[in-house]
Amino acid sequence: MSQLIRMDRTGHTVLARWSPDDLAGTEAARAALQAELERGYLAVASEPDGSATAVRDLPLEAELVFLRRPIAGG
Amino acid sequence: MDSALGDLPVSGALPELRNVHWRRRVDESALRRADRLWTLSTVAHEVPFLITAAVLPLLAPVLAIVSVFALLFAWVIPALYAARGAGVMRPPRRRPGMSLPAEERALGLLGDLVGHDARELCARTGLAVERGRFGAWVVGPAGALLVRPGGRRVQCYCVRVADAELPSADRVAHLLLALRADEAGFATVANLTFSGARRRLRPHLAPPAREALSRARRAARA
Repeated sequence: MSQLIRMDRTGHTVLARWSPDDLAGTEAARAALQAELERGYLAVASEPDGSATAVRDLPLEAELVFLRRPIAGG
Repeated sequence: MDSALGDLPVSGALPELRNVHWRRRVDESALRRADRLWTLSTVAHEVPFLITAAVLPLLAPVLAIVSVFALLFAWVIPALYAARGAGVMRPPRRRPGMSLPAEERALGLLGDLVGHDARELCARTGLAVERGRFGAWVVGPAGALLVRPGGRRVQCYCVRVADAELPSADRVAHLLLALRADEAGFATVANLTFSGARRRLRPHLAPPAREALSRARRAARA
C-alpha cells in the first residue's frame, strides 16, 4: 500500500494511504496532495532503490510520496 | 506556482531553482571550475605572505619577527575559510519547544530513507551519506559536504529548510530527498562556502561529522 507522508514538526505525518485499485483511497490521497501543494509543500516520490522524483500529481505506482518544505541556500 | 514550475529547464528539476534563476545549472565542469577558482584564490592569499616572510629577513635580520607574523597570516587565512566551510555541518541550536518524540520519529524516517549501510551511521551521527553523480555527499541539517571523486577534495554547501521548528533529522531528510530528486539542482540552489583539501577541512569538523566525512571519502574512492 502506498503512503503520502508529510515531513513536519511532529517528525512526520501519514496523510493518506492508497493502492492503484482503490479508487476512493486514490482520490483522497490526490486531494490531500493538492491541498498540501497549495500550502507550499513540494512533493517527492521516493523509490525503493533510493532514487527520488519531484512530482506535482499523485504517482499511483509510487510506494512513498513525501511532502517537504522548500530548501534555500543559507 | 504551476506556470513557474513549467518554466524550469529540466524535467524533474527542483522547483526551488526558480528562486535562483540567475544561476547557471551546476554540472561537472562548473564544479571543476569552482575548485580551480578556490585553489587560485588560496594561492593568491598565501603567496604575498610567503614572499614577505622569505624576503624580509634577507633585507634585515631584525625583520624576522615580521616574517613570523606573515607566516602566521599565510596559515590562518586559509584555515578561516576552511572553518567557515565546516560551519555547514554545525547542528542548529535546539529550540526549547522542540519535542524529543518528534526528533526520534524524524530520525526513524530518515533511517528508513537511507540504505542499510548508512542507517547505523545516521543513527549515531544524525548525518546521512549519499553517493551521487558528482561524488559522495554528507548531508546535515544545515548544509552538505561533497567529497569529490578520489576523496581528496571537498566542497561545502550551505543549504537549509526554511522552517526553524522542524526536527533536526527532518531537516536532513528534506535535504536528502531534494538531493536525490535533482543533484545538479541541489548544488545550484545551495551556496558554496568552501572548496579545498579534505585534510584542511577535517580538523574544523566535530567528531560525528569527521566520521561521516571518512565514510563519504571511502564512497568517493570506490
